[in-house]
Amino acid sequence: MTMTAMTETSTDNPEPIPAPVTGSSKEVPVSREIVLPAYPGQHTELGEKTVGNVTCDNPFMIAEDVNVYYGDNHAIQHVSLEIGKKQVIALIGPSGCGKSTFLRCLNRMNDTIETARVTGLITLDGEDIYRKEQDPVALRARVGMVFQKPNPFPKSIYDNVAYGPRIHGLAVDRAELDNIVFSSLERAGLLKEVKDRLDEPGTSLSGGQQQRLCIARTIAVNPEVILMDEPCSALDPIATARIEDLMDELSEDYAIVIVTHSMQQAARVSKRVAYFHLGLLVEVDETNKIFTNPQHKLTEDYITGRIG
Amino acid sequence: MSTERTTLERVEAGLARRRRKELLFKLTGMFATAIGVVFLGVFFTTLIVKGSSAFQQTFLKLDIELSEAVLAPDGELDVRYADFDGLVRTALRAQLPEATSRVDRRALYRLVSVGASYQLRDLVATNPELVGTTQTLWVPASSNVDMFIKGDIDAEADEALRPLSDQQISWIRSLDEAGRIDMRFNSALFSNGDSREPELAGIKGAVMGSFYMLLVTITLSFPIGVAAAIYLEEFAPKSRWSDLIEVNINNLAAVPSIVFGLLGLAVFINWMGLPRSAALVGGLVLTLLTLPVIIIASRAAIKAVPPSIREAALGLGASKMQVVFHHVLPLAMPGMLTGAIIGMSRALGESAPLLMIGMVAFIVDVPGGFTDPATALPVQIYLWADSPERAFTERTSAAIIVLLGFLLVMNFAAVILRKRMERKW
Repeated sequence: MTMTAMTETSTDNPEPIPAPVTGSSKEVPVSREIVLPAYPGQHTELGEKTVGNVTCDNPFMIAEDVNVYYGDNHAIQHVSLEIGKKQVIALIGPSGCGKSTFLRCLNRMNDTIETARVTGLITLDGEDIYRKEQDPVALRARVGMVFQKPNPFPKSIYDNVAYGPRIHGLAVDRAELDNIVFSSLERAGLLKEVKDRLDEPGTSLSGGQQQRLCIARTIAVNPEVILMDEPCSALDPIATARIEDLMDELSEDYAIVIVTHSMQQAARVSKRVAYFHLGLLVEVDETNKIFTNPQHKLTEDYITGRIG
Repeated sequence: MSTERTTLERVEAGLARRRRKELLFKLTGMFATAIGVVFLGVFFTTLIVKGSSAFQQTFLKLDIELSEAVLAPDGELDVRYADFDGLVRTALRAQLPEATSRVDRRALYRLVSVGASYQLRDLVATNPELVGTTQTLWVPASSNVDMFIKGDIDAEADEALRPLSDQQISWIRSLDEAGRIDMRFNSALFSNGDSREPELAGIKGAVMGSFYMLLVTITLSFPIGVAAAIYLEEFAPKSRWSDLIEVNINNLAAVPSIVFGLLGLAVFINWMGLPRSAALVGGLVLTLLTLPVIIIASRAAIKAVPPSIREAALGLGASKMQVVFHHVLPLAMPGMLTGAIIGMSRALGESAPLLMIGMVAFIVDVPGGFTDPATALPVQIYLWADSPERAFTERTSAAIIVLLGFLLVMNFAAVILRKRMERKW
């Protein structure tokens, strides 16, 4: 059994931890509401362990020993990761490594795939999101998601943003709804461009604008965590830069988990980086450490472009 | 360098063969298309050539004396029993006085349709003040006169082989010369029900029967079909059972339609005791027939909704039902409506199952409701095509033209609906 010492008081971790500390006793963090078992072994078929530091200050979502199976395919293997409040964490790795699958576990989007099975523990603010009483609908209102391809509804720009507040009953009257829509568009940096054409279909916008509309739509529900699945892969560099600036601003209020194929993007926007490889979480650490001094051979190969 | 040349040479060597194949393929395609177009052209031309004459009808001009002595012998006019036939005959005799013998007169009376006396009766019933006057009226000629005027009866043929005698033909000619024969628009074709007399037969009964049937069919099959499609596509767990249901629905769409007629006969008429020949039963049978078509089309339309829209809604925290009703249904609706209209077109053209539930009966009255005895347009076509009278041939074609007209309108509506409701994403 391996375990990582983690308490709420753990500091910035200036030194990378080469491998999880091995120990035989379970340590129960006193300052937490719920009792977390120590991270169980990160042993996998490859005999790999997650190196670096999966913990962070002020964690908001905690994944422990998460496994995902698509039928017989063991897509995610023993992944443990903490996601900090008001922090951007980037998930990187070659295609098919399971980073998107892991992302979709965090708001239970995998529930929609019939063959998918998730084991392990994922908590949001101390509550197990896979517990029986947890309604995925309520969870998704707290954990918003932005997808790879901009996917605005074929409705007006206004209705796109107003859809979430409407279905959750967040606004009592039209004025309040207007308020939510305008402030969400404003925060997504889109208001200036669209305020004169809110009645036009959301699909009439350019790709970058559409993605910002999707972000506005997501923050209109006022989530606590925003998941972004390669949000810029369909956008040009200028639109990408705008979204990245936006992420920077949003991270002041939200926990953001972003899946990206662009290491430059990960380096620019994230505070921490998690490197996935073939369903394994290979290395997690502060962004600058991952890019300047990766501990694991696979991580090094990936960021230097030898695998990808 | 040398390998490059050989590659190029090899490509060039094969190019001519490739082009030849391509040309051959193109020609085959053009030939196939041309054959299709030719058949369609022949079909429409014969139909229009044969059927268009049915929209015109021969009328005779007669001066009919509405004599009080005949109509109201007791001083009391009773249109139910008055001898309108006699008035028409008297007028005919006055027109052609050379027919004196009983045989001649009988031949003479056959020039005018029995519809003439009905027309006279209706006229007197609505205008009783006309009794005692002489009216000049255009009354329908018999179908044989109509056929002769339209050139479908050959005066040169052997007298025994044609329905008009030489004498009748000479009478028709003399009436024609006197300007007492005219072709007019055949309004009876659209305002009458079926009749044994071709010149009085119309399609209104069949059209109304088809209308009531389709009303039953669309109100039942569209909601049921769409609900089934939504359940199967969005909610049903994928299991052996749902696979079995899917296979069966697909098979059901291929079941010969007459089998549905038998089912309707057994279930709706024999077991449930619904009336025979009724549009209600016809509509129920056609519902069974169109359900699989609508379910399959609706499922295809639901499947075609991009998953990204579903994910977007789910990601915002919409429940499954909200995803379906707010996003999937509006986007799938054009496809569903198209499927429904195509199903309706099929139902409109269906005759075999209706034969089994008694909608093939000879019904003169125009149905006024869902349980009245009725027939349908394709069945009417079948009945007329089966009739021996020469004049029913052109009416059969005319009814087909009307049926095709309805089908065209429906398919056109489907196209317009799809174009209007289609949204881009």
